[in-house]
Amino acid sequence: MNHGLILPIVLPMFIGCLLLFGARLSIPVKRSLSLSSAAVLVPLSLWLMGQADQGGLQVYALGNWQPPFGIILLLDRLSALLLVATALLAFFALLYATRGDDQRGRNFHALFQFQLMGINGAFLTGDLFNLFVFFEILLIASYSLLLHGGGPERVRAGLHYVILNLVGSALFLLAVGVLYGITGTLNMADLAVRVAAATADQAPLLGAAGLLLLVVFGLKAAFLPLYFWLPRAYASATAPVAALFAIMTKIGLYSILRVYTLIFGDDAGMLANMAQDWLWPLALLTIGLGVIGALAAGSLHGLLAYLVVVSVGTLLAGISLGTPQALAAALYYLLHSTWIAGGLFLLADLIARQRGDKAAQLIQGPALQNPHLLGILFFVGAISVAGLPPLSGFIGKLLLLRAVEPGLQALFFWPVVLGGGLATLIALSRAGSTLFWRVGLSQLDSAELDRGRLLACIGLLLLSPLLVGLAAPLLTYVEATAAQLLDLQLYRQIVVPGGAS
Amino acid sequence: MEALFAGALGILTASGVYLLLRARTFPVVMGLTLISYAVNLFLFAMGRLQTGVTTVIGANAGYADPLPQALVLTAIVIGFAMTAFVVVLALRSVGEMKTDHVDGRESAR
Repeated sequence: MNHGLILPIVLPMFIGCLLLFGARLSIPVKRSLSLSSAAVLVPLSLWLMGQADQGGLQVYALGNWQPPFGIILLLDRLSALLLVATALLAFFALLYATRGDDQRGRNFHALFQFQLMGINGAFLTGDLFNLFVFFEILLIASYSLLLHGGGPERVRAGLHYVILNLVGSALFLLAVGVLYGITGTLNMADLAVRVAAATADQAPLLGAAGLLLLVVFGLKAAFLPLYFWLPRAYASATAPVAALFAIMTKIGLYSILRVYTLIFGDDAGMLANMAQDWLWPLALLTIGLGVIGALAAGSLHGLLAYLVVVSVGTLLAGISLGTPQALAAALYYLLHSTWIAGGLFLLADLIARQRGDKAAQLIQGPALQNPHLLGILFFVGAISVAGLPPLSGFIGKLLLLRAVEPGLQALFFWPVVLGGGLATLIALSRAGSTLFWRVGLSQLDSAELDRGRLLACIGLLLLSPLLVGLAAPLLTYVEATAAQLLDLQLYRQIVVPGGAS
Repeated sequence: MEALFAGALGILTASGVYLLLRARTFPVVMGLTLISYAVNLFLFAMGRLQTGVTTVIGANAGYADPLPQALVLTAIVIGFAMTAFVVVLALRSVGEMKTDHVDGRESAR
């Protein structure tokens, strides 16, 4: 048993508790504790990625209860990939926060660590009820982080976000209850075995539970009928929190990918691939509405929040296609969209700080102090997120477009994605020309560019060229991930006595 | 017993949903509480409804499934914390926005 599996959960938990009990520690001590924990998570998750890439599944049985009886942590290529995405994003977001944003409210660092614990736990767990628990941990930390800094706008967005997610949690419990009541297990691999063996009178109830789960994960992932909370919440959060939230929608997408390939996947008899038919039209409509929202947004933060919705739609389309090529392309695009969205939220804050009370509103404002530097960063982020060559968004979208078979699917998918890319480009060019060119003559004296903040922002945006540079090994990895996800026999070995490594 | 139990859950959930759809924070919090009661009872019933059986396998023919009870306990604790949080948030929202409407402003009539 590899004890390294539990470290991404335990490390932020201990540091978070330490910060909570040491609430009166001086702020430099808190910052270095928090930042070193986030920094250690980066090599740790890269090491776990190396472990996962050896091909087998790694299972960590908590309390040494053998699956399916106890709770297990499960490390496969998919969870390792998402751990790496989280660790890098969190490090740069925290680096940005340590330059002053963490003092706008209390206990920022402790909450940030608990949020990381919840996110890492959700990616690592192999048990459905444990997934619920980690969801709640990351949610309650995110409620407080969203409110960090205070103000009516945050409270209003926060209230909607909290109430919606509480209803979501109730639905999650109902679905878990039905699944347990029928199959008698909560271990995901064991559920896959039991669902495949379900009789004809059990199947409709299992299907209902499965679709309830889809609603819950859809609320987290924010696709079509369930995304309305997202733009306001993301646009009102402080910059480092908004950047970290770029991974939050991916948790919903990860859960969809996990549950609907493993439990309700190819082997599930009558219930095989039941979510995919729903997801395909919703994904395309989500892209369309997200783009309309981006074109209509009145502030840079609102625009970026709608671009998150567009990326969710694009990823969801890849997942609903379900072929190995499409899944691999979606996973590559997931890394790109997480990091670049995070970087752009940080950049939007840097720009807003130089515009005084105009902040990020897309109206004429004072001239920026560093128009060239911020302009170049905005340009790099914009062409990356719109999917233009030579940056990573282009490769991701190209792979997705190539993964669609010619025919009816391509007829819908190509125009939506390409038209969406064009409209994104128009929205971003309009925003950019307002922010950088349509400016008054005067500059604000109070604004200055903080080097630490700039470093964090550049760090995240530079991951886009890095994704292009490392495209060959990464693509090999994501293709292996997709193949592993569809190899259900491998996951079923977990519940065979002596089958888990 | 099953019909009575299901009816009670149905009434709890329906009242909860009705209150949730009111646009004031206090009824919404009450609605969330009722729904979480219904959900906890539902989870509890997933171990099957029976009386007078032990929780030890092998002591006699029937046994009560202990796992749903553990799940309910976890769900109650989490639900309690979340309710406390949403009450504080609702109070703060009244303080910041001078209204208990969930949108932070009175709807136009």
